[in-house]
Amino acid sequence: MPISSADLVARLKKGDLRAASRLMSRAESNDDETLSSLGAIYRAAGRAHIVGLTGVPGSGKSTLVSKLVETIRKDGRRVGVIAIDPSSPFSGGAILGDRIRMTNLVMDEGVFIRSMATRGSTGGLARSALTAVDILDTVGFDVIIIETVGVGQDEVEIAKASHSTLVVSAPGLGDDVQAIKAGILEIADIHVVSKCDRSDSNRTITDLKIMLAMGVNIAIKDRGGKPLWQVPVVGTSSETGEGIDTLIATLDRHRDVHRTTELGEERLRNIAEYRTFKTAEDLLRSQFYKSTNKRIQDVVEQIARRELDPFTASNDLLKKIAF
Amino acid sequence: MSLPIRVLLAKVGLDGHDRGVKVVARTLRDAGMDVIYTGLHRTPEEVVNAAVQEDVDILGVSLLSGAHMTICPKIMRLLKDKDAEDTIVVVGGVVPDEDVIPLRDMGVKELLLQDTTPKEIVARLEKLVQERGPR
Amino acid sequence: MSTLNKMDPTQLAKQLELWEDTEVSAFLNKQPEREDEFYTLGGFPVKRTYTALDTKDIPIDDIGLPGQYPFTRGPYPTMYRSRYWTMRQIAGFGTGEDTNNRFKYLISQGQTGLSTDFDMPTLMGYDSDHPMSDGEVGREGVAIDTLADMEALFDEIDLENISVSMTINPTAWILLAMYIALAKRRGNDLNKLSGTVQADILKEYVAQKEYIYPISPSVRIVRDCITYCAENMKRYNPINISGYHISEAGSSPLHEIAFTMANATTYVEEVVKTGMDVDLFAPRLAFFFVCQADFFEEIAKFRAARRVWAKIMKNQFGAKKAESMRLRFHCQTAAASLTKPQYKVNIMRTTVQALAAVLGGAQSLHTNGMDEAFAIPTEEAMKIALRTQQVIADETNVANVIDPLGGSYFLENLTTQYETKIFEILEEVKEKGGTIKLIEEGWFQKHIADFAYETALKKQDGQKPVIGVNKYVEEDEKADIKTHPHDPTTADRQISRLQNVRATRDNDQIESLLNKLLEVAKDETKNIMPITIELVDAGATMGDIVEKLRTIWGTYRENPVF
Repeated sequence: MPISSADLVARLKKGDLRAASRLMSRAESNDDETLSSLGAIYRAAGRAHIVGLTGVPGSGKSTLVSKLVETIRKDGRRVGVIAIDPSSPFSGGAILGDRIRMTNLVMDEGVFIRSMATRGSTGGLARSALTAVDILDTVGFDVIIIETVGVGQDEVEIAKASHSTLVVSAPGLGDDVQAIKAGILEIADIHVVSKCDRSDSNRTITDLKIMLAMGVNIAIKDRGGKPLWQVPVVGTSSETGEGIDTLIATLDRHRDVHRTTELGEERLRNIAEYRTFKTAEDLLRSQFYKSTNKRIQDVVEQIARRELDPFTASNDLLKKIAF
Repeated sequence: MSLPIRVLLAKVGLDGHDRGVKVVARTLRDAGMDVIYTGLHRTPEEVVNAAVQEDVDILGVSLLSGAHMTICPKIMRLLKDKDAEDTIVVVGGVVPDEDVIPLRDMGVKELLLQDTTPKEIVARLEKLVQERGPR
Repeated sequence: MSTLNKMDPTQLAKQLELWEDTEVSAFLNKQPEREDEFYTLGGFPVKRTYTALDTKDIPIDDIGLPGQYPFTRGPYPTMYRSRYWTMRQIAGFGTGEDTNNRFKYLISQGQTGLSTDFDMPTLMGYDSDHPMSDGEVGREGVAIDTLADMEALFDEIDLENISVSMTINPTAWILLAMYIALAKRRGNDLNKLSGTVQADILKEYVAQKEYIYPISPSVRIVRDCITYCAENMKRYNPINISGYHISEAGSSPLHEIAFTMANATTYVEEVVKTGMDVDLFAPRLAFFFVCQADFFEEIAKFRAARRVWAKIMKNQFGAKKAESMRLRFHCQTAAASLTKPQYKVNIMRTTVQALAAVLGGAQSLHTNGMDEAFAIPTEEAMKIALRTQQVIADETNVANVIDPLGGSYFLENLTTQYETKIFEILEEVKEKGGTIKLIEEGWFQKHIADFAYETALKKQDGQKPVIGVNKYVEEDEKADIKTHPHDPTTADRQISRLQNVRATRDNDQIESLLNKLLEVAKDETKNIMPITIELVDAGATMGDIVEKLRTIWGTYRENPVF
């Protein structure tokens, strides 16, 4: 008889990491007993600084995360990492490879890395990524880094899920500012240019600064017009370690500005709103599948033959969802 | 919705032969599983830590260096120490026949040796998870 | 009736068409062929038969004569008519003494060259008492930590009179240094030593995955081995540029050769950068390929490799000496083709592969033991493998005519197809930014992984028959096999000698030499060999040297591709 999720939550609150990893699995499975425990976890969480990190493939995200975590650990803060990789659209399976670039962290008891697959969810996050964040928060991690898929297309959801969002660009991946191409320039609280040991990195930094100066998001002001946060560009090198300390200091400064000003209150409300919609959507989807499972074949047949249309059919199916 | 089986594939020790482990990784992904790969030259401690954090259903250890009788007992002991005994341990690679029974005795659930077909690997892993039941 | 050399293509084409329409089609009506299309194992389509039409566009100079540019037909003008290929069975297990005994046995059985396999800790630069070495000491090869082990390994073996090959890569320069230090102690003339050290680090990142440092310092070490040997060891091959491991990691035969050529040209570029004349070192560059099961494809592969290398050296690097352009290679039958079920069938597999290697013009050959799908080979298995070569050499007469398949329509056509494809791939590598960049991006690795996966699927569905595995399977087979026993006292014996060396050497001297090593390592223009020779001679362990350099160079970590 497997241990109940409620018992696992009790262990979680005492700092049990094994309970944390098991609860993350349970959270993905959406079973009713676990769902009822997730609320308790959410309510217990709320202390950690949640950092989102996104950027196009090849920008060196995982290596940067590794270096970042290693450096944050030096001041004793415990760090959790949620690393997300895409699922195969064909088989639904995935090879989760980010962890390999974080190998140097695996023997550190103050670091917890969890790999997740998107499993059909879009926007760069895995469906239960935020639940995993709550779990790590509750079990006592001080900083939690979410590394998105990084396919580089509209991965804007990370900004609605984190307190501070890093957008990583790398020199030599193309002439345009990659964040623009990927449609994620505006979501950055901090821009990072990785691989700054390379000679062409200055150009990428300059390009980004020009972009920002051209008016996108240049400074966030409070109601009185006082600038609260100006989006900085930080150059880093995972090779030499250059810029990592600056990046951490900038992250901490961003966290403090948020904790002490109306900027943070607004962000927290946005996150809450996003969580609520997202959770509702997930519940709806899973209930929809559960309760329409049997009926759907018939309906599909009819729609295919054009005896029925998808609009009417969907409307009917939604009304029949059993909660 | 049933969840994909989570598998950690590990290369432990100094052995760098990764042809097999890569074929298995692709096979399992194409069968709908989530596969985490440790990369080469890992220690038993690193592998078990990863298995615990990732809460995998299966830990697959790929070994072609002949060091399995040294490495496997360490892994089994560490899993126990970390309260992760319910992880299904599977060994792949080159293992002489006379070591098969000692490995099973120490808790290795399955041996996937050379020329096991992709389909068979998938079938055996699915069966192992099914036999274990929910956890 | 026209003779071969007066062949009229139009007439021949008509004849061929007529044959297809009459004899062939009549037969096909009675019984279709086994397959709609036939391919080599490497995926080249093959026709029903080949005629002069298939060779008419090949420049006659590309085929040439043995010992003549571009060496398609063999690197030497007399080949096996003067001396058979070197029969070089690899051996290595336990301690230096254990392997020394196996060496002496093989020599007594008629083996003509030595080849050394090292254990994983030696290959990866760990001392035998390092925690990472636990369970691996002396298991897959011989354990070497210090010069004392090297002394035991070659005890009573005259290094001036037998060529010695060492299969080792990231730590190759340390082993080479030990070999040199040993020879010096014995008063040998370095210019009389013949042999080979593998030292091909690029294929490690691509395929075998035995590496320590990042690519750039690793390639510099290889460069230093090459230049050191060019200046001090005239008969020694400082590198064995290997396709074997690329193939064993799963690649196609085409990629085996093409990727090896990409690596080889990178080394040449690195050495040329030091200002050394290409003709000074190129004659000592040696190669190592696998021989797989597809008989004609393998022979064509070897012939094409020689032609491609000759053209690269001449046209790309401006080599002037013929020796710089002629490719010499060691060959090993394909370990990945060996099976556990009905393991004795492995003797037949190996025989056919060995025959292809000989017909392909190999300079030395290792034939695998029938039991290698179980463990490292027993003495008995090694003897049969050696006898396989001796039968081919002494009983079949295939060695009496050079390149006996030269001129075969099919073979010449396939050879030229191979050449064309290899050059296409090399061009692609250049366009995409060069070998090292593509290694970092996993480009080669991806091609290898893809072919390995395809092969696994083809074995599964029987498209690639493997006797005993997916065809003619014996359900209740019991393997009646005695495998090579691992001596459980190996690690203790090895570690006690290692610790004895540490206890009796001058540790202050070691420390100061290690610091000197760091200075040399930091200066790219210096050669790392002399200081390493000094170090091992003073009793430094392999681990001492490797760990010291790790402090400045770090450790390479790959981003695997699937």
